[in-house]
Amino acid sequence: MYTQGLDQCGASAESKSRAETPADLERFQSRIDAEEKVEPKDWMPEAYRKTLVRQISQHAHSEIIGMQPEGNWLTRAPTLKRKAILLAKVQDEAGHGLYLYSAGETLGTSREQMVEGLLSGKAKYSSIFNYPTLTWADVGAIGWLVDGAAIMNQIPICRCSYGPYARAMVRICKEESFHQRQGFEIMLELSRGSKEQKDMAQDALNRWWWPSVMMFGPGDSESKHSAQSMAWKIKRFSNDELRQKFIDVTAPQAGFLGLRIPDDKLEYDAASGHYRFGEIDWQEFHDVLAGNGPCNRQRLRHRQRAHDEGAWVRAAASAYAEKHEHHSRGSRSWAVAGYRHG
Amino acid sequence: MADQNWPLYEVFIRSRSGLSHRHAGSVHAADDQMALDHARDAYTRRNEGISIWVVRSSEIVASDPAESAAFFDPATDKIYRHPTFYDIPEGVENL
Amino acid sequence: MNKDEALLEYVLRLGDNALVLGQRLSELVTRGPELEEELANANFALDYIGQARLFYSYAGELEGKGRSEDDFAFLRDGNEFRNVLLVEQPNGHFGDAIVRQFLFESFYALQLEALARCSARRVAEIAARAVKEIHYHLRHASQWLVRLGDGTDESHSRVQRSLDDQWRFTGELFAGDEVDEVFEREWDGPRLVELEQNWNEKLDTVLAEATLARPTVQWMDGGGRRGRHTEHFGYLIAEMQFLQRAYPGARW
Repeated sequence: MYTQGLDQCGASAESKSRAETPADLERFQSRIDAEEKVEPKDWMPEAYRKTLVRQISQHAHSEIIGMQPEGNWLTRAPTLKRKAILLAKVQDEAGHGLYLYSAGETLGTSREQMVEGLLSGKAKYSSIFNYPTLTWADVGAIGWLVDGAAIMNQIPICRCSYGPYARAMVRICKEESFHQRQGFEIMLELSRGSKEQKDMAQDALNRWWWPSVMMFGPGDSESKHSAQSMAWKIKRFSNDELRQKFIDVTAPQAGFLGLRIPDDKLEYDAASGHYRFGEIDWQEFHDVLAGNGPCNRQRLRHRQRAHDEGAWVRAAASAYAEKHEHHSRGSRSWAVAGYRHG
Repeated sequence: MADQNWPLYEVFIRSRSGLSHRHAGSVHAADDQMALDHARDAYTRRNEGISIWVVRSSEIVASDPAESAAFFDPATDKIYRHPTFYDIPEGVENL
Repeated sequence: MNKDEALLEYVLRLGDNALVLGQRLSELVTRGPELEEELANANFALDYIGQARLFYSYAGELEGKGRSEDDFAFLRDGNEFRNVLLVEQPNGHFGDAIVRQFLFESFYALQLEALARCSARRVAEIAARAVKEIHYHLRHASQWLVRLGDGTDESHSRVQRSLDDQWRFTGELFAGDEVDEVFEREWDGPRLVELEQNWNEKLDTVLAEATLARPTVQWMDGGGRRGRHTEHFGYLIAEMQFLQRAYPGARW
């Protein structure tokens, strides 16, 4: 939808864009290879820009939608301390969504457009958030597994080639550190509790393990975007590499908790130093991604409803601002000088 | 748009006295006061700041990108490729 | 009623107001009109939960029966909670919540300012911390009340209605009882008559700016501080207390 032609509609009449030449692409690639950061108004291939908009906005949507499954237990958190911690975590997720939308807006899209993409169902978000949180243990499982997986994905992106995205990720990763710990702590407390609590924890692990493993996406031979994203240093490790690392790190943690990972084929292989694991049901992944998971409709409807119910509020704030703004755009002195700042 | 989307503001934070303000990101807000409050909530939750500046993104004047191979708009404004920073006349479709 | 009894009772009232509002604001998460508002709302909820925890911990010490903050929050029935009726009112739409916050916080800020000067040292300390938070809340609520009152026709009529609906809960804030009298006398506590006067002035200023009419209804509801609540309260604590009630004695 957005092409280089967008810039032709800007203020300056002399702005021209021309087709990307191999020389342009080569020059861009050597900047990337030299680990230079690309910043908002730098020249970039259209495909690079598009990929980033897609990835950044999906990432932002995931944070926002992710607030729902966890927010589901805010009013029922079993202690005041847990309530406060969960509130802080969900608040962070809102903040992360905001940093990411902010990074996306540097690339020729707006918050409004990105949100429209989400609500219309065109834009994707992480499949993991389409699963329901049925017990308090689910809150623990999400923190431990989902945030654990997210951290693995996110740390490499702190070094991605696009400046605003990398910087947003640095901020996010700093804040993320307590998220996983709080989840693990919840699971730990449950695993040391009553039989009912242990069962609750095991049940949550049974339901959240495979969806978490699927979070890393399909094997790289299947993923269409991978190769180019790697070359442009948007993606720094393959899906399979990250998934393996996640399983290697998490399996011993489950052992520590005295919980059983629901995979009969899971086994440590001393020779490779890695865990072997069972086959992933990619059909489920694709179903959920296509909109047929347990909570897809519910999540989007919830988001849509909040958006709709907020329309009169946003309109009121804009109306008030318009009535009371001391300098309106039309009267700016530099508008007289011929600049357009629309 | 029926609900008039709130404009974008850039946020600059001074984290400690002795340091300069640094660009932290952006927020949407209906007015300047709201922008300040939103910036505080979004970017100083963990005591990361003692002073906040917010500026409407469209009012920032910026230099040209350093690249001599810049094929795009050499205008000295519009720090981003933000679509609403550009005035599209009424009646133009598909933009 | 002696001074220690009054102190304990007063502290529990403070804790209960904070907890109930913290719970109401927690319900708003993922329902905000804009992402930036989500961040603000979560901050407010966190502030209230934090205040509740401080007040409850102190109450537990004063009571001397070994009750923890969680015991106060999760193991008392409705008739043991002493919050005012205003804070338990449901969120409704954004305007309803803003009006509730404004009406309460314009009072609470004044109450905390006075408490920061009282002679109950721990209460004064907690109040001194809390008042900074609540000033920020009040600014947010006031600004929003003005934007909504003086925004569009729709927003104006919505918040006027919210104000009219909730006005009946404002009287309770200033309807002092023996606890207030003893606390004022023995602990140099807030003088409700002064608080009410300041509150009215603040209200008139903000309502004028918001182009809203001060409701004229005289009848006031009450009883919250004696444990007699509105129908909403049962649902609020049922949801909040469920896990502790379903798994008695469990650690979380």
